[in-house]
Amino acid sequence: MFVLVEMMDTVRIPPWQFEMKLNDSIAEELNKKLANKVVYNVGLCICLYDITKLEDSYIFPGDGASHTKVHFRYVVFHPFLDEILIGEIKGCSQDGVHVSLGFFDDIVIPPESLQQPAKFDEAEQVWVWEYETEEGAHDLYMDTGEEIRFRIVDESFVDTSPTGPSSTEASTSGATEEVQKKEAPYMLVGSISEPGLGLLSWWTNS
Amino acid sequence: MEVKDANAALLSNFEVFQLLTDLKQQRKDSGKHKQSSGQQNLNTIMYETLKYISKTPCRFQSPEIVRDFLIAMKGHKLTKAEKLQLLNHRPMSAVEIQLEDKDCLYTSFPESKSVSWSRGFERQNIQMVEESEERLTEEQIESLLQTVSSILPGNP
Repeated sequence: MFVLVEMMDTVRIPPWQFEMKLNDSIAEELNKKLANKVVYNVGLCICLYDITKLEDSYIFPGDGASHTKVHFRYVVFHPFLDEILIGEIKGCSQDGVHVSLGFFDDIVIPPESLQQPAKFDEAEQVWVWEYETEEGAHDLYMDTGEEIRFRIVDESFVDTSPTGPSSTEASTSGATEEVQKKEAPYMLVGSISEPGLGLLSWWTNS
Repeated sequence: MEVKDANAALLSNFEVFQLLTDLKQQRKDSGKHKQSSGQQNLNTIMYETLKYISKTPCRFQSPEIVRDFLIAMKGHKLTKAEKLQLLNHRPMSAVEIQLEDKDCLYTSFPESKSVSWSRGFERQNIQMVEESEERLTEEQIESLLQTVSSILPGNP
């Protein structure tokens, strides 16, 4: 689920932090910059693992702060393809079942990857697995708050960096609506269409 | 900022758990002002991740247990990713092991592994043969389950 990523960056330490040990102030700056943020094509950064190399610190004219090139390793959440994860159902919609891991929320299981046959109950806004046995059909509801085991089948990174001033046509038409399409920078697609996957309660032995 | 290697190493949940608890202890000990605006992200992610990992079996693990587990797994010819998943999830049933090792050949569900509400659901033939050389027979799955439940501690 977690990987170690080797990165390199130039860290700026302002003068009022010079009394701290360099390692500590650099660790603090790196955590401030990266923790809980998604790096494009890398994953969700959790926390600093260690600093592998510190190069010389320089002070540039006009700025009293020191700049140091740092090589470090960061713990990043980046599940590999086909990995099995256990999360909690946050809700259901027509797009599928939304699952959350607590620290990471953008996981969706599309309708075609649910245990088949499945239908969407409009009244309760919940997906249901219609499980057939000799005795008849059981309706298994995928309720909010239930723990669910799923397999990662796809991931998508979206570059959410600002694109600059938009063209005049777009701005005049959209001026009143201001539809802010907030795209998740990192999204995972899961699947539960295999034996053993789905709500944990479906597969526990009595 | 530059990413030198986006996949330098895989970390088990236990290692991340240890790292975060140590970090939390350090921050608590140093005790000074947390500069709320800057450190809030770190606090949030640490809290949420710890909360998630504490619900998994790795809270009972220790470095010695992990080492013993990996030594015991040597005989089974599993890939690194499969061993990592076994370590993180501690599967208790054959169907879970099947999920984690896609190459295993498994021909039937033992009696006890039936879906809970339906007692008539007995033997179901499932074949999960992928196009690969590695196959786990039923005995190997049983021995894997034995190793997992004996070495990795579960809920007391």
